[in-house]
Amino acid sequence: MSIAVRPRMLRGDQMSYEIPHLRALESEAIHVIREVAAEVERGVLLFSGGKDSAVVLHLARKAFWPAALPFPVMHVDTGHNFPEVIAYRDRMVADLDARLIVASVQESIDNGRVVEENGPRSSRNRLQSVTLLDAIEKHGFRAAFGGARRDEERARAKERILSFRDDFGQWDPKRQRPELWNLYNGFVKPGEHVRVFPLSNWTELDVWQYVREERIELPSIYFAHRREVFRRDGMLYATSEFVELIDGEEPFEESVRFRTVGDMSCTGAVRSTAATLEEVVAEIAVTRITERGETRADDRISEAAMEDRKKEGYF
Amino acid sequence: MSSTGAATNGRPTGTRPSELVRFATAGSVDDGKSTLIGRLLFDTKSILEDQLEHVERTSLQRGDGYVNLALLTDGLRAEREQGITIDVAYRYFHTPRRKFIIADTPGHPQYTRNMVTGASTADLALILIDARKGVVEQSRRHAFIASLLRIPHLVVCVNKMDLVDFDPEVFEHICSDFSGWAAKLEVSDVTFIPISALHGDNVVERSDRMGWYDGPSLLYHLEHVHVASDRNLVDARFPVQWVVRPMSDDHHDYRGYAGEVASGVFRVGDEVVVLPSGIETRIAGIDTYEGPLEEAFPPLSVTLRLEDDIDVSRGDMISRPHNRPIEARDVEAMVCWMSERPLQPSGRYRIKHTTRTVLAKADELRYRIDVNTLHRHEGADGLALNEIGRLRLRLSSPLFLDEYRRNRATGSFILIDESTNDTVGAGMVL
Repeated sequence: MSIAVRPRMLRGDQMSYEIPHLRALESEAIHVIREVAAEVERGVLLFSGGKDSAVVLHLARKAFWPAALPFPVMHVDTGHNFPEVIAYRDRMVADLDARLIVASVQESIDNGRVVEENGPRSSRNRLQSVTLLDAIEKHGFRAAFGGARRDEERARAKERILSFRDDFGQWDPKRQRPELWNLYNGFVKPGEHVRVFPLSNWTELDVWQYVREERIELPSIYFAHRREVFRRDGMLYATSEFVELIDGEEPFEESVRFRTVGDMSCTGAVRSTAATLEEVVAEIAVTRITERGETRADDRISEAAMEDRKKEGYF
Repeated sequence: MSSTGAATNGRPTGTRPSELVRFATAGSVDDGKSTLIGRLLFDTKSILEDQLEHVERTSLQRGDGYVNLALLTDGLRAEREQGITIDVAYRYFHTPRRKFIIADTPGHPQYTRNMVTGASTADLALILIDARKGVVEQSRRHAFIASLLRIPHLVVCVNKMDLVDFDPEVFEHICSDFSGWAAKLEVSDVTFIPISALHGDNVVERSDRMGWYDGPSLLYHLEHVHVASDRNLVDARFPVQWVVRPMSDDHHDYRGYAGEVASGVFRVGDEVVVLPSGIETRIAGIDTYEGPLEEAFPPLSVTLRLEDDIDVSRGDMISRPHNRPIEARDVEAMVCWMSERPLQPSGRYRIKHTTRTVLAKADELRYRIDVNTLHRHEGADGLALNEIGRLRLRLSSPLFLDEYRRNRATGSFILIDESTNDTVGAGMVL
């Protein structure tokens, strides 16, 4: 609404059609979403309740307006959620009148598809991949939209906007389809699918600026609030029934916000007093640490943590 | 004397509109390309502390003996282990004026397809030349690909000037040598900048060690080069992507045609023609989620409504009655081959052009071009991976084309293998 696009008069009757970068990124993302919806049967939008998937949902709404979304929304639910995020998810889905599918990691555990990790450092993060792939297979989805960005991580910097997955759900970085101009190749065979990343060319700051310009609602945990946390490996985590404390870890109260939204067991908080969108954008603009480096334990496991998980079918 | 822009913290805090600029770089490890990109990211404060720590740690483990900024651009495990770059990587940085997307591609001949991929969306190509080596085969190849893909602006950075004592004659010699080659190509705008990526001379700030050079620093040039006028704002082309039919109570009779404006300007009230039907009508409205627009231009994604209730579907092209694309059943094109499975004479492929996909048969390979010498090999019997040639394709049903030189959006296509579904070729209409 507030990102102005206006032609500017130059000398004589020459016009210069300038377009701010957020509008160019938005337009590219909408093009991608429409293209995949038109060419690939049975799409699904992966919605975690995080800011990136909130932006993808917003763009999808714009792409088909005034019609409804031509595909359902799916949440891969680890069961270890921030309650604020689940409330937010349900509100957004109801507001859009979209169909919500919940793929449950707990069900995958109950059905013996995966085995729960044990110990204080256990997480359901890695188990999600199996739940996600099972759900894609069960529903016969051929395209899954996600909010991943190339600036997030080294392996993602090399991933295509339409990222091909074989019938094991695997990403093969050496066999990616060339992606030229704005011509996307969404042809897949039965059992295969594409992951679609409309925000590939957005940075974290772009996302936040866009959220601010467009007044996109986000879960409250993105804004500073007082919460009981504990310190582990130099990061702050929320205390919850899902995380066991190790000896010496003492909970304390702190004003924090979250930069990413994931499983409660692996998503760290940052100390912050930024309670409004304006304050958060200002804070992001001067931050010196990447969001994954600062708040995601899952990427710290090894040099190539993300690359390995992606090959297994992770988001 | 210092250039503007980069002296501030490179990340904008305001909402001041900034322009999006995409550029492609090509080169190999030893010409300093990764160092230059690392320097641009570092000096615009786009490298964050944990990324830098990671590079410092890895440099130490590898025994590099210095903070190897080149490691910032190595993404995959295989690349780090083998010290190679296997694919296009995308990097991002901001200055207060612009947001940049770098398509960083490896430079060896076996990566021509990656260079073509990176070049396909670029507003500008950055070519690095080692001041000690001068113009080499690789520089000529990069310039050829930039011209083939019609990248409007070329920047030649003569790097490692510190190793030739910042000698203006070395620089001048390379400029004239390169210009001689560029004259054989269709390159309209070439800028030469003498730099030292390692020491930062003329990268962000003007260097006082090259007082004889009176041009801008590289970043200043990137921030000011005029890209808005590179779009084709003359030929109105709107490939229909999706038909919007809500069929809801509020929008019972709504029928709109969604797409991205490929070129030209569309205004409410304009007379238009829908292809292939050839039916003429007018634009009744240009809709977006935010509300109606009076006009739409590239690269906006919008929804057009037409005055008459006619049959329009995905793959159709909306254009102007007196300025139409060519309706073609045969296509002459330069094609870059991207697959290990070579182009088969009379092979059958899917061809995707704008939002329309039809079948194409490779009718005749007129010649294969040597990307290093521009020599045309007539009588070539196929195109192998990374080879480029002029091809005539016969189509199962018509496409609505423009020459690539006039219109990148409606002059480009990809070829898709019917059996593997791989993207195997990239084509530019002649």
